[in-house]
Amino acid sequence: MTPDMIYGAAGIAVFGIGLVGALCAQDRLRRVLALKLCSVGAGFLLLVGAWREPPGTPDPVPHALVITGIVVMVSATAVALALIRRLHSLEAEDER
Amino acid sequence: MIDPLVIFDLLLALGIVALAVAALATRESFAMIVVFIVFGLVSALAWVRLSAPDVALAEAAIGTGVTGALLLKTLHHLRCATGQPGQNATQAQISAPPVPVGVTLANAAFCGLITLGLAVAFLGAPAAGPGFEGLVAQAMPQSGVEHPVTAVLLNFRAYDTLMEVVVLLAAVIAVWQIERGLSDAPAPVMGEVWQGFARLALPAIVVVGTYLLWVGAEAPGGAFQGGAVLAAVGLLLLLTRAYVPQPAHRGIARGAFVLGTAAFALVALLVASGGRVAFEYPLAHAKTLILLIEGMVTLSIAVTLAALFHGREPMALKHEGKDDT
Repeated sequence: MTPDMIYGAAGIAVFGIGLVGALCAQDRLRRVLALKLCSVGAGFLLLVGAWREPPGTPDPVPHALVITGIVVMVSATAVALALIRRLHSLEAEDER
Repeated sequence: MIDPLVIFDLLLALGIVALAVAALATRESFAMIVVFIVFGLVSALAWVRLSAPDVALAEAAIGTGVTGALLLKTLHHLRCATGQPGQNATQAQISAPPVPVGVTLANAAFCGLITLGLAVAFLGAPAAGPGFEGLVAQAMPQSGVEHPVTAVLLNFRAYDTLMEVVVLLAAVIAVWQIERGLSDAPAPVMGEVWQGFARLALPAIVVVGTYLLWVGAEAPGGAFQGGAVLAAVGLLLLLTRAYVPQPAHRGIARGAFVLGTAAFALVALLVASGGRVAFEYPLAHAKTLILLIEGMVTLSIAVTLAALFHGREPMALKHEGKDDT
């Protein structure tokens, strides 16, 4: 039992949970959040790939990739949320 | 004898999976977001255990802090637009026809298959093949900084980071376009305590953000983490109404959005014009150039994230509305 196996399994589980949520949830906000869970799961797997047994130093390239991924994800989330707000206000106008 | 840290890892991993399930299973939207924020912070802790403190910092600050603030802001907006502040935001969407159970089950089975494939790929991958750590360690003396992650981000793979800053710029442009003409939700009322808290916390946050940027050259930290912490300053200013975005400030804001990308690209072009490959910084100036780029990018990130939180272009509604009609 090493951290890479434990967190690798957790990462796969989180990715799967996020994927189910993104495809099966009805609420838009919940779907965006589920996609964010997917990205965290993917981050787990990349970091597990970079991890080395303690005396060794971890591989910095996947670390940089995950940091890039986090920033890209927050940009995508912001655009998705703006679309949700817009869609919601358009629907509210239609109902009136 | 089992290593106590293994038990800690197991509990942490179980907690992370449970929190992920809880976030999606919670019915109430507000509770969902709060559970998500807890999930993000606990994942950051797990990433420290995977000896990735830089990534943990970025996840805690950007992936959890800023994303959580964006989600809460959107929830507030949806609830205000529905007219009943106490009502669940999902209320408006209940009128949509329900998805057949068969489709949901098929989707879930499909997700299960993909996850299974991922698990097989993960178990089939070579346990610890040679990565890039050797190459990076070899090239470190030429990078101008002492911290490998910063060296990869700002030197060895600087194109990635440049494109990442461009993505952030594209996001803020898209948000301003999408929200053009959208009516503004009434801002949440913050009490007196908030004003006092902001006054006490702001100087400390500015110092922490700048420190994170500076320390990134030799220890975990850097432009993105520092930028996100500085973005918290913007969020606090916006929430306490210490700063109300004015239409006249749009030019300054646009300048700040572009600053990081422009400085980054300009340095690359200058380096390339000296007969080198772009981003092949001359060793004598490498640290100066990297810090210059990081400083500009940090400012850009802070302003862009705060603008993404604020959403609508300041006062675009009144101005553009008048011009159009």
